[in-house]
Amino acid sequence: MNNVFVYCEIEGTTVVDVSLELLSKGRKLANTLGVQLECICAGKGLDGIEKQVFPYGVDKVHVFDAEGLFPYTTNPHAALVVNLFKEEQPQICLLGATVIGRDLGPRISSAMHSGLTADCTELEIDSFEMSIGGVKKAYENQLCQIRPAFGGNIVATIVNPEHRPQMATVREGVMKKEIVDPNYKGEVIKHDVAKYVPETEYVVKVLERHVEKAKHNLKGAPIVVAGGYGMGSKENFDMLFELAKELHAEVGASRAAIDAGFADHDRQIGQTGVTVRPKVYIACGISGQIQHLAGMQDSGIIISVNSDPDAPINAIADYVINGTVEEVIPKMIKYYKANNK
Amino acid sequence: MSLKIVVLAKQVPDTRNVGPDAMTPQGTINRAALPAVFNPEDLNALEQALRLKDQFPGSTISVLTMGLPKSAEVIREALYRGADCGYVITDRSLGGADTLATSYTLAQAVKKVGDYDIILGGRQAIDGDTAQVGPQIAEKLGLTQVTYAEEILSLDEKARKVVIRRHIDGGVETVEAPLPLVVTVNGSAAPCRPRNAKRIMKFKNATAVAERAPEAAEKYAALIAKKPYLDIPQWGAADIDADPTQIGKAGSPTNVKAVKNIVFKAKESRTLTASDADVEGLIKELLDEKIIG
Ligand SMILES: Cc1cc2nc3c(=O)[nH]c(=O)nc-3n(C[C@H](O)[C@H](O)[C@H](O)COP(=O)(O)OP(=O)(O)OC[C@H]3O[C@@H](n4cnc5c(N)ncnc54)[C@H](O)[C@@H]3O)c2cc1C
Ligand SMILES: Cc1cc2nc3c(=O)[nH]c(=O)nc-3n(C[C@H](O)[C@H](O)[C@H](O)COP(=O)(O)OP(=O)(O)OC[C@H]3O[C@@H](n4cnc5c(N)ncnc54)[C@H](O)[C@@H]3O)c2cc1C
Repeated sequence: MNNVFVYCEIEGTTVVDVSLELLSKGRKLANTLGVQLECICAGKGLDGIEKQVFPYGVDKVHVFDAEGLFPYTTNPHAALVVNLFKEEQPQICLLGATVIGRDLGPRISSAMHSGLTADCTELEIDSFEMSIGGVKKAYENQLCQIRPAFGGNIVATIVNPEHRPQMATVREGVMKKEIVDPNYKGEVIKHDVAKYVPETEYVVKVLERHVEKAKHNLKGAPIVVAGGYGMGSKENFDMLFELAKELHAEVGASRAAIDAGFADHDRQIGQTGVTVRPKVYIACGISGQIQHLAGMQDSGIIISVNSDPDAPINAIADYVINGTVEEVIPKMIKYYKANNK
Repeated sequence: MSLKIVVLAKQVPDTRNVGPDAMTPQGTINRAALPAVFNPEDLNALEQALRLKDQFPGSTISVLTMGLPKSAEVIREALYRGADCGYVITDRSLGGADTLATSYTLAQAVKKVGDYDIILGGRQAIDGDTAQVGPQIAEKLGLTQVTYAEEILSLDEKARKVVIRRHIDGGVETVEAPLPLVVTVNGSAAPCRPRNAKRIMKFKNATAVAERAPEAAEKYAALIAKKPYLDIPQWGAADIDADPTQIGKAGSPTNVKAVKNIVFKAKESRTLTASDADVEGLIKELLDEKIIG
C-alpha cells in the first residue's frame, strides 16, 4: 500500500530504456518517502522478466503474462493497471511519455479520477501549504511535477495533493538510468490475468506492426554533432557525419533540418524529439529556438557554429564560432585529424 | 448508411511562431500577444472526418469546442471547410479545468450530441501539450480508443469496424477497432482541405450568442429567423448536465503550484572567428583538456 509504482513498457520481451530510467527515479522517490518501489510488467512470454528490473532496486514486480497482452492494446492494459491499483492504492505512478504511456496514462487517470502530469522534466518530493477550493492546508511529502508547457516557453510545477495516485509521464532520456545493485532481489508476483482483464476488453486487433530498431545511439552519445536548417542541404549534412565519425559522436538535428529533409526523423533533438545531455554538443547552423534548447540545454560544453553572431543559441554556448558551416566544419575535421595523435 | 461524426477542436494560442512582439523586454513570452488559432492536429482530425463524409454521403459532422466565447471562430472555420454544425461550450464555471475536467465536460457534450459513431480529435493541443484529453474522453464514454492515428483506411458499416493506421514508437501499426470509437489524429496525417468559397459566404455571419453585442440582439434575431444556420448553438454547464464538482477548477485534481517563464541564462562564452588559427586553437584546447579525443 502507498508505494511508488512504475508501469514498465515492454517491446517483445525487453523492458524499454525509458522504463528503466523511471525505475531509477522511482527508487529515489521511494527512498525519500520511505516506501517500496513496485513495477508492472505486462506482456507475453515474460518468464524471467524480473531479472531485467531488479538491478534498479525494484522491491516487487507484478507480472501479467498472457496471450493478447502483446502487442499492447489500450483496454486490457488499462484494465489490469486500474484493477491492480484499486487493490494496491499506490501514491505515485510513473509512465514513459511514449506512444504507449500517453495512450495508457490518461485512461488510468480518468478511471481513477486522479491527476496526470504530462512530459515531466523533474520530479521532486516536497511539503508545502496550499489553498485548494478556498481551504488552506499543509501538505506533506507531495510529488512536485515540473513540466514545460506552452510550446516550451514556460515551466510549471504541478501538484495533485487531494488525489491518488499522483501520476506523471516522462520522456525517454530525461531521467538517468542507474543500477542500484546488480544482485538486488525483490519479490515476483504472477497474477491471474483473467481476474484483472475481462474477456470483453480485448476489443482492438493489431493487424500489422512494423518497428525498426533505432539505427543510432543519440541519447547515449558522449558527443553530439547537431545540424540545423543553416546546414543548407542534405549533402552538407554529410560533413557532419564525417566530423561525427572522427569524434566518435552521433549526429542529431533540429526540427527545421528534418522538415527540410536533411536528416531522418529519429535524429530530432528537442521538446518533441529526444533529450540529450552529452559531454559536448556541437550545434551547426542551429538558431536555438526554445523547443530545441529544451532537448540539449543540459549538455556539458556547447559549441555553436553560426553565421549570425546574434543567434539565440550563442547565449548558452561555451564557444561561439562566427562563420559559415561550409567554412568551419571542414576545418574542424582537418585540424582534428592533424592534432589527434 | 450514414455516420454521425463528432470532431473535437480547440482554439489555442499559436505557440509555434513566437515573434518578437510576443516577447516581453525580460525575454519571456507574452501569451496574450499570440494569435489564437485552430489547434493544428484538430485540422488533421477534421480532414479524416471529411473523408468519411465523402465516403458515406449523408453523414453529419458536428464540431465541439470548449473555451472562451471567441472560440466560436474555430466552429466557423470548421463550417467553412465542410463541417455541418458546431457547438460552443462556454461557461465561467468551466475555467481552470485540467485535462480530467476538460474531458468530463467534453464527454458530457458528446453525450448531448448523442448517437455518435466516431469521435475524432487531435492527438495533442499545442498549448497544454498533454495529449490526455482524447483517451480520457474515451474512458468516460466507455469506449475504446485509437491514438496517434495517421489514416482511417477503411470502415465497415455492417460489421461496425474500422481499420486505422497509427504511429507507434519506432514504426507504424495497423489496427482494427469497433465502433463507436474515439480516434486522436497525429500531425503526420493528411492536412486539412482548404476553406470552400461558397461555404465562407454562407457561414461568415454565423455567431454564438456570447459573441453578439447586446445592442445588436435584434439585428441578429432577424437574421437568424431567416437563416437559422447562422446561429452557432452555445452550451453552458447546465445545458450539458454537468456535475459542478467535476468541472472547472473544482473538478481538476492537478493544481499549478508555480509557473516560471523560461529565461535562458547567458553563459560566459568565448567567441572565435572562422580563421584557421581560431579553429585549430579550439580543437587543440579541447584535445588537451581531454574533452574530445
Ligand atoms: C502550463 C500548463 C500546464 C498544464 N499541464 C497539465 C497537466 O500536466 N495535466 C493536466 O491534466 N492538465 C494540464 N494543464 C491543463 C490543460 O492544458 C487543460 O486542461 C486543457 O484544457 C486540455 O489539455 P491540453 O491542452 O493538453 O489538450 P490535449 O489533451 O493535448 O488535447 C488533445 C485533443 O483533445 C481535444 N481538446 C482538448 N481540449 C479541448 C477543448 N477545450 N475543446 C475542444 N477540444 C479539445 C482536441 O481535439 C485536442 O487536439 C496544463 C495547463 C497549462 C497552462
Ligand atoms: C510544439 C513545437 C515543438 C517543437 N519541437 C522541436 C524539437 O523537438 N526540436 C527542434 O529542433 N525544434 C522544434 N520545434 C521547432 C523550433 O521552434 C524551431 O523552428 C527549430 O528548432 C528551428 O531549427 P533551426 O535552428 O535548425 O532553424 P532556423 O531557426 O531556421 O535557424 C537556422 C540557423 O542557421 C544559421 N545559418 C544559416 N546559414 C548558415 C550557414 N551557412 N552557416 C552557419 N550558420 C548558418 C542561421 O543564422 C540560423 O541561426 C518545435 C516547434 C513547436 C511549435
